[in-house]
Amino acid sequence: MADKRMTEDEVVARLQPGMTIGIGGWGSRRKPMSLVRAIARSGLRDLTIACYGGPDVGLLCAAGKVRRLIYAFVSLDSIPLEPHFQAARQSGAVEVTEYDEGMLQWALYAASLRLPFLPTRAGLGSDVMRLNPQLRTVTSPYADAEELLAVPALALDAALIHLNRADMAGNAQFLGPDLYFDDLFAAAAERTYLSCERVVPTEELAAAGGVSSLRIHRWMVDGVVEASHGAHFTSCAPDYARDEEFQRAYVSAAKDPQAWQEFAATYLSGTESDYQAAVAGRRAVAGATT
Amino acid sequence: MSEPARATPATRAEVCAVACAEAWRDDGEILASPFGVIPTIGARLARATFEPDLLLSDGEAGLVAGCWPVGDPAPGPVEGWAPFRSVFDIAWAGKRHIMMSPSQIDRFGNMNISAIGDFARPTRQLIGMRGAPGNTICHPTSYWVARHSTRTFVPRVDVVCGVGYDSAAAAGPAASRFHALRRVVTNLAVLDFAAPGHTMRLVSVHPGVRVSEVVASTGFELVIDGEVAQTPLPGPDELRLIREVIDPHLARYREVPQEHE
Repeated sequence: MADKRMTEDEVVARLQPGMTIGIGGWGSRRKPMSLVRAIARSGLRDLTIACYGGPDVGLLCAAGKVRRLIYAFVSLDSIPLEPHFQAARQSGAVEVTEYDEGMLQWALYAASLRLPFLPTRAGLGSDVMRLNPQLRTVTSPYADAEELLAVPALALDAALIHLNRADMAGNAQFLGPDLYFDDLFAAAAERTYLSCERVVPTEELAAAGGVSSLRIHRWMVDGVVEASHGAHFTSCAPDYARDEEFQRAYVSAAKDPQAWQEFAATYLSGTESDYQAAVAGRRAVAGATT
Repeated sequence: MSEPARATPATRAEVCAVACAEAWRDDGEILASPFGVIPTIGARLARATFEPDLLLSDGEAGLVAGCWPVGDPAPGPVEGWAPFRSVFDIAWAGKRHIMMSPSQIDRFGNMNISAIGDFARPTRQLIGMRGAPGNTICHPTSYWVARHSTRTFVPRVDVVCGVGYDSAAAAGPAASRFHALRRVVTNLAVLDFAAPGHTMRLVSVHPGVRVSEVVASTGFELVIDGEVAQTPLPGPDELRLIREVIDPHLARYREVPQEHE
């Protein structure tokens, strides 16, 4: 099996401006944040980002990397609204395709199966149709003749996902409660880059979580990045919970330009290891004062 | 039953929780998906009393049996694994009744959680459509509004996320086939869409609320069909369950503060 290990910056070097990139996870849960941070400090721009959105969207909007967003929601879960996403929308800085959650799943699934579209009821009668005039309906060829929404396939140039464990060939494992739609993002993409908490020998995978946790297969994966705490500050159960205190600090900084400048200087101006060191330093200070 | 539960009369939040529970009456063996504190209390109360076959999520990917306090982790037992993908399947299969919280709602039940103002450049971006278009078109939906006001009850919503009766009808039979808006519970009243033309009707006002107060807090004309009933008060068993089992941490008063006489 091929050794697909690489660094975050090597992943970014394989991406191009203008690409359509899907990001796995859900809200503020198991997001490939070390890869997102690497994009944020790169020269990439004009990206189309598709995801069940969380702080990945916020950070990329704040860094000016996004031309278009394809999403059903953007939320930090324990904090319902994402301030950088709100600012980007309210200033008209990004174009958007807002779908129903199930439509986004269908769009990825259609692309993964090399189908032009998949039919659904979800979206009919709502402003999804009015706001996305490129959408078409399709009439069932059977006796029911129902007119359904044809969700167009969403082919991705690249997908970024974060899993708990992987081997060096890209077989990857989720150990938390939900895979989310990471396998669909991976299968819908021309290239998939996966980060994980730990790269382990293949024989350790099934022992750690059983075969049903091995839903990302190496045929889907082109690069493997070992990124301990790579999902921070989003949750990566059972390895760690969401860093709620840090998320609150992120949100309050995002609401004020001066505070955001300081936050970015502290956490986002250096490398990923600088980031992790700054987060560890913050924890040490908090621990010493309580 | 404990003495304190018997001693204190029901609060507005408790009346609201029971009114939310009633949304799931006669639903049988389906997934109850409440969003917000009061709907969550209502769903657990419904299962603990008159709808024992309802399924409930632990907020992550577990379907759990039992009854447990709002804000606490579910003790289980876990009876099923339902990651988000399965929940979408359940929704599209129609085996679910959701209660969502609109930022705007109109008289046909169209609701908005996406954006306020012009969608191209909103004055206030909200969370996004989420699953509201698919939910409303595929299975029964109810709504919870913690602050009944003309800001929320509007003549026209800025973005149709949850589909109202007029929009479903205009979109054709495939959209209307499984569409059903059941009830709207607010901090003031219970409403439904049983009026001719499926427009919003005032069903009952909570104890201490005047009909005129509801009318003044609603930005469109409500159907008022004769004498308006009073929303039922919780029974002693319901009060005990709310106070001792489902919400001992008093989360309900974060959504509906206690009235001060």
